[in-house]
Amino acid sequence: MTTARVGAISATEVIVSVAARELAGKGRVFAGVGLPTLAVDLAKRTSNPDVELIYESGVCGAHPGAMAEGIADSVVVSGAESVVSMSALFGYVLQGGNVDVGFLGAAQIDRYGSLNTSIIGDWDKPTVRLPGAGGAVEIMPNAGEIFVVMRRHDPSAFPAELDFCTSPSPVRARAAGDGIMPRGRGVTKVFTNLGVLSRQGPFDELELVSVHEGVTVDDVRAQTGWELKVADDLTVTAPPTGEEIHLLRDVIDKVRFYLR
Amino acid sequence: MSKVVSMAEAIETYVEDGMTVCLEGFSHLISFAAAHEIIRQQRRNLTLCRMTPDIVSDQLVAAGCVSKLVASFFASGSAGSLHELRRRIERHDPVPLEVEEYSHYGMVCRYQAGAAGLPFFPLRSYAGSDLPRLNPRIRLVEDPYGEGTVYVVPPLNPDVTIVHAQRADRHGNVQIWGISGVQQEAVYAAGKAIVVVEEIVDDEIVRSDPNRTLIPSHAVDAVVVCPRGAHPSYVQGYYDRDCAFYRRWTAISKDSGLLQAWLKEWVHGTANHEEYLDKLGGDYWDDLAVAPRFSEPVDYGSRK
Repeated sequence: MTTARVGAISATEVIVSVAARELAGKGRVFAGVGLPTLAVDLAKRTSNPDVELIYESGVCGAHPGAMAEGIADSVVVSGAESVVSMSALFGYVLQGGNVDVGFLGAAQIDRYGSLNTSIIGDWDKPTVRLPGAGGAVEIMPNAGEIFVVMRRHDPSAFPAELDFCTSPSPVRARAAGDGIMPRGRGVTKVFTNLGVLSRQGPFDELELVSVHEGVTVDDVRAQTGWELKVADDLTVTAPPTGEEIHLLRDVIDKVRFYLR
Repeated sequence: MSKVVSMAEAIETYVEDGMTVCLEGFSHLISFAAAHEIIRQQRRNLTLCRMTPDIVSDQLVAAGCVSKLVASFFASGSAGSLHELRRRIERHDPVPLEVEEYSHYGMVCRYQAGAAGLPFFPLRSYAGSDLPRLNPRIRLVEDPYGEGTVYVVPPLNPDVTIVHAQRADRHGNVQIWGISGVQQEAVYAAGKAIVVVEEIVDDEIVRSDPNRTLIPSHAVDAVVVCPRGAHPSYVQGYYDRDCAFYRRWTAISKDSGLLQAWLKEWVHGTANHEEYLDKLGGDYWDDLAVAPRFSEPVDYGSRK
């Protein structure tokens, strides 16, 4: 697509467009709260019309007729292929190992892809009380792989040590050595305002695989709280196409709910 | 036997100070009308259990009804923060709020254990998470059939559960469609259950589609008829979520003065849900109206 673009492209638009492309070829995707909900909507209209959308509200095989302003919006129910109870959704669909990609947001991530969505600062009297676990604790170990969107790429969001670990990576789960070990690889892709990070095996470390236009590797290193690995074949992220921007702004998020 | 009572009567009879109260509904079917009546009747020291606290918890906490919150997600979905909760937790302003925290499936498992009379429920989560350290009620047990360990959560048996639904008959056979969340489990786990419905229908309507009855009457103590009682949340097929109000709430709850003024005007300032609806105005519902989208009938057949 080479349609002319109108207006400056925001970091959110880049994150969502790139994430939507990475959903190409993926089967059953569990979309979390926030930007993932927008990204799967875009993917269904572009890279992957056959993607099977699952929401933790119990909706399986959603075909939303309009943008969902949440994972339990009425528009994800109308026309859906199935709506199951939460015990079935978490117990059988997710815990049973039927989800290919879990798609989450987070406030903090560490080098192995453990996530914090709970607390910044002291546990007893936090600086910021974040939304908490929700289903993220369950999605992380039970989905085949995890995509993560991070609106901010800076040392506080990419710290050497998390303030709180809500959703542990397989590395952290193995180190703890208790409970049931994850069946999935954990985080495989992280989409930020600066670039894309990736990891392959369950015990691998994240590495930078692409930087967005105008961003240097040094910029990303300076904003990461650990010594960041960089892929040998690092690329510059292909920017959103005119079509992607048009869909996001004029067709999907007309009320600027996610694109605020 | 009819179990139909007024909202005021249901809350007066079944919700006492100091009780553990579950008010479930996952974005869909949240009984704001029941919560507002709890606020009007000035219940105190409640332990409020909800997977997703939502605006309704911000309101109940701000109104001084709640001393402890048991939950698994502390925001208003994608719409943003619940600032009364954040003030209480981050700054202890005006007083701290005791919180007992689980993941979503942890809460689901608690309701399942509670409903089934089990001492605990195992789940595949929590290995390596800080949640069990934050909440010591999440515990580790030996797998009696294997060599490993498994995290478990305790049963949740509230004194009373309140849920909202599309319709019921007067006996309390409750039909729900769309997102059904943990309504069934939360009702069965409870000592007493109040179900608030959009409408009461004839027995024959319920019996024409028994698979849609997610909560049988034997689990229900009181049925309250309260049309539009889930506003600003939604009821599939009846009215849509008031997304504009959800977006507005962030600004209201950010300022405790504004929040208290809102409670005074919209809850204390209305005698019941009918007055709340009158205050919103008849035109208000035009934007929240939904177009019909009927399911195809199913044939249950019958022996000739």
